[in-house]
Amino acid sequence: MKHQFMSQRTLYDKVWERHAVRTLPSGQTQLFIGLHLIHEVTSPQAFAWLRERGLRVAFPERTLATVDHIVPTDDQSRPYRDPLAEEMLQAIERNCREFGIRLYQPGSGKQGVVHIIAPEQGLTQPGMTIACGDSHTATHGAFGAIAFGIGTSQVRDVLATQSLALSRLKVRRIEVRGALARGVTAKDLILHILRVLTAKGGVGYAYEFAGEAIHRLSMEERMTVCNMAIEGGARCGYVNPDAITYDYLRGREHAPQGEAFARAVQDWSAIASDPDAAYDDRRVFDAGALEPMITWGISPDQGIGVSEPVPPPEAFPEHERAGVAEAYAYMGVRPGQRLLGLPIDVAFIGSCTNGRLSDLRAAAEVVRRHGGRVKPGVKAFIVPGSEAVKRAAEAEGLHELFLAHGFEWRAAGCSMCLAMNPDRLVGRQLAISTSNRNFKGRQGSPEGRTILASPPMVALAALEGAVSDVRQLLHSSSHAEPHP
Amino acid sequence: MPNRILEVSGRAVPVRGNDIDTDRIIPARFLRCVTFDGLGQHAFADDRAQRRAQGGLHPFDDPRFAGASILLANANFGCGSSREHAPQALARWGIRAIVAVSYSEIFHGNCVAIGVPAVRVSQLDSERLQDLAERAPTLTFTVDLERLEVRASDGTSVPCQLAEGPRRQFLSGSWDALGELLEGLPAVRARAAQLPYLRGFA
Repeated sequence: MKHQFMSQRTLYDKVWERHAVRTLPSGQTQLFIGLHLIHEVTSPQAFAWLRERGLRVAFPERTLATVDHIVPTDDQSRPYRDPLAEEMLQAIERNCREFGIRLYQPGSGKQGVVHIIAPEQGLTQPGMTIACGDSHTATHGAFGAIAFGIGTSQVRDVLATQSLALSRLKVRRIEVRGALARGVTAKDLILHILRVLTAKGGVGYAYEFAGEAIHRLSMEERMTVCNMAIEGGARCGYVNPDAITYDYLRGREHAPQGEAFARAVQDWSAIASDPDAAYDDRRVFDAGALEPMITWGISPDQGIGVSEPVPPPEAFPEHERAGVAEAYAYMGVRPGQRLLGLPIDVAFIGSCTNGRLSDLRAAAEVVRRHGGRVKPGVKAFIVPGSEAVKRAAEAEGLHELFLAHGFEWRAAGCSMCLAMNPDRLVGRQLAISTSNRNFKGRQGSPEGRTILASPPMVALAALEGAVSDVRQLLHSSSHAEPHP
Repeated sequence: MPNRILEVSGRAVPVRGNDIDTDRIIPARFLRCVTFDGLGQHAFADDRAQRRAQGGLHPFDDPRFAGASILLANANFGCGSSREHAPQALARWGIRAIVAVSYSEIFHGNCVAIGVPAVRVSQLDSERLQDLAERAPTLTFTVDLERLEVRASDGTSVPCQLAEGPRRQFLSGSWDALGELLEGLPAVRARAAQLPYLRGFA
């Protein structure tokens, strides 16, 4: 009987309770942060504040630093050509040295987009609290961690105290039934969920992604889904850990080793949501009904199936229509227009959303089946999410395939996802991108335009020079090569 | 407590639109810096340039709203990137409080951490307040955290909301949480000692 209360909790509840240090006078919780990740953009001011107050880093071994946002992905020789980027790199080098924090730099073999390196090195584990001065920290929830983005003042708080003052979120269970069709990816699934639940529908919630379609996904696919929870307003998204999670972690550098791994699996299994857990909200989706998705507007929730027309204003509530009109005008699309065949200028494959090995393999499969080269006039480039991803892809010869077909093959970084480095759109260029945000100006030109899509869809658009439906390629040539 | 914030008064500047993301509040190229100094002049840089190019004026360039300290926005304000540069840029431009229908969670937390109360009002009231500020830009608006209302000097008054935790932080002057978090450091160490993953799952 005494277990009755204990058996109605979500993973979110259990992780929160495990990390709650005390209740603050404001009523908020002082929450212990198990893993803190930092990068060069949102940390320098935090270290400056520590110096001003004469504070030390409380748990330097629980913070990992890397550089990803500003690093060039072509010429990485030092000093960087952009003196501001060089200054930021020098700042994080100095800060990590002074405060005793591990820093993975380009050339270390371990550098990369912060949300790609922590999982691949086994640092991200189920049941942890993870914070980083970056909204896409939600990615780590794929492992059953509670992971969320913070601002620089909070980076300072974590450095100084390994804790944050926070209020609990509500939990929405998003159950996805069925299985994704061939040519439909985890990226399409999350773009569909965003379209239905909207960019603000998740404000105040953590999203628990559940159901058979989610648990069939690989860890890398789950990371794609959780990565974009923030695009739906949910500060964190997570998947309950299962055998796929444990298989991924086994043997990774920072995962528990030997007998400790078996004990860890027991603990991780217990941290998953109970079957009868109580949720603040529940939604159900059918994976089988989906087609490849593309966005047509300036918010990640403005997505459509690739064969659908751009929706009319009447499809939106009245108070949204001014924003919808702004999206049509900015993108240069009309309601009712189909985007299939729309010429593109740039194709970008990479980012914390889709910069992992399986993403590059999926793009490579499209290139092999298609057989052609990148359309003349289109700039297509591939930015592996980490040095480890780059190494693994090169070991399979993917770089040679991409280069032979007219793609550029770059070094690891955030690159044109947010265009803080030299990779930027020019003027009103239209990019199709595997990244996560199609905001106005996001990819480096104040007038630049972005279509979000999956790696296969972006690869095919690069080859065709226009928005295309990857299912036609996969179906028409399915005799050519067996599906791996 | 010297840092208590009971209310913020000043003229208001309306910035209309749902889902205004932090890339729009401060475009990424301005994040190539190691301090927040000087960000104020770049707030809404691209939106302002585009409005000028179209022959118009963004509210942040409109002389009628010069010196305003209360930002009137709509739904999901500050969505997207976690960059604290966004509220820092607004604060350095002169914004000391924000009134909107809703905010992204991270943006809201950043506002609290830098002492900028960001309160919620209904969709209808957000538009009413924006209309009012446009009609009468010289009115003084007050965001009252004790009574949880937004007033204008013409007598208009609407209720507003702010979660109890941040509200208490502003009213008590503890919105900069670091002091209290540091007091809890011994308890943090005790908690850490019990966490399975910091004990080798023993």
